[in-house]
Amino acid sequence: MLAELTHACPLRCPYCSNPTELAARSSELSTAEWERILGEAAALGVVHAHLSGGEPLLRRDLARIVAAADREGVYTQLVTSGVGLTERRLGELAAAGLRSVQLSVQAATQGESDGIAGVRAFARKERAAAVVTASGLPLGLNVVLHRANLDAVGEIIELGLAWGVERIELANTQFYGWGLLNRAALLPTREQLARAEAIVQKYREKTDVELIWVIPDYFDGVPKPCMGGWGAISITVAPDGRVLPCPAAYDLPLDVPNARDRSLRWIWEHSPAFNAYRGTAWMPEPCASCPRKELDFGGCRCQAYALTGDAARTDPACGLSPDHHLIKGLAGGGAWTFREAAPPVRGA
Amino acid sequence: MTRPPTGEAESPAGGVAWQPALARSALLRRDPVRQADLLIVPERIVVLNEEAAAIVALCDGERTVAGIVAGVLARFPGGTEADVVEFLDRIRAEGWLR
Repeated sequence: MLAELTHACPLRCPYCSNPTELAARSSELSTAEWERILGEAAALGVVHAHLSGGEPLLRRDLARIVAAADREGVYTQLVTSGVGLTERRLGELAAAGLRSVQLSVQAATQGESDGIAGVRAFARKERAAAVVTASGLPLGLNVVLHRANLDAVGEIIELGLAWGVERIELANTQFYGWGLLNRAALLPTREQLARAEAIVQKYREKTDVELIWVIPDYFDGVPKPCMGGWGAISITVAPDGRVLPCPAAYDLPLDVPNARDRSLRWIWEHSPAFNAYRGTAWMPEPCASCPRKELDFGGCRCQAYALTGDAARTDPACGLSPDHHLIKGLAGGGAWTFREAAPPVRGA
Repeated sequence: MTRPPTGEAESPAGGVAWQPALARSALLRRDPVRQADLLIVPERIVVLNEEAAAIVALCDGERTVAGIVAGVLARFPGGTEADVVEFLDRIRAEGWLR
């Protein structure tokens, strides 16, 4: 389960995975609502919760949310920018049962990282990493890769090794929401990707640190098996209680259920949104007769919708899609648009 | 992995005096929904069979490898010492035991 506790964030990364329409702070779920939702999640079979945002540390009740998850036997990982992660705050969270921390960085150096984040945060990230490793909790690094930082992937890995992380997730930008808005500025060249992948491979041979390479589906002609299938293994709860099969699905034309109105079990089992693209019966050709349909599940519904206006089409990232021309041969370059740091005030 | 195991000087992980314990990032739990034993780690959930779960449950930081082998074979007479040791080494290599 991905729990987006708030969409507010001190960072303004132009590929932010939050929706372009951020949930207002005044609409956020209360502590008691999160406690109830985590209980429902555990009963449904959720064993893993990524406490994410925005910046989850902006929720002053974060330790109570962690404690609620822990009581239900749900394993929690904090997904953070590091801003606000002091020794005292981490101590509180660890005491409440937090198991693991995933820290984002934007690039390998202060200047580049802050340039992408749109705010000075690198020094605070470095301190946050030190606080986590000193606490003994496992630390993972998460870096979104794109045109402006792919060439420094070796330096990024070195940074992670120097900070004492156990895992580095090198996630090539996925193009929906903010990422799609900034696609031209973020889109790497095929050569950049090939060089970066070779460097990652080289590091895999010389370090124990786990290096996860999230594939850039625009280039391979093979769609990603998005979320392991729609409504198959993952559930996202938004700051305002909306529940989605995937954090990129905010914009799909779905009747989005809300945990304020319905139980997670009903939402998972019966809501039209979770059943819309479940299984393989919804698939059009070429997916319906494709031998890979149980492997990649037709690719990403959000990408199909963003690029074709129809979420039920084959993902255009697939080389067999009739819409593949939409992404083939796209050239990158240009300036980017930062996301807003704070969600708008409701009614404004 | 990146952090030395506690008491490394006396019982290096993988050595004869090693007293395996779950890494702080790993949680063993019975999942009533799936009716299965799960080992939960930061980005993964590993479904354990009965014997594997019994091995992990004995990794309490006090028992030695020999103690764990004895405990497991008492419950699963069909198993072998080599299997248990190999499994312990494998999950240590994943960073889930210290």
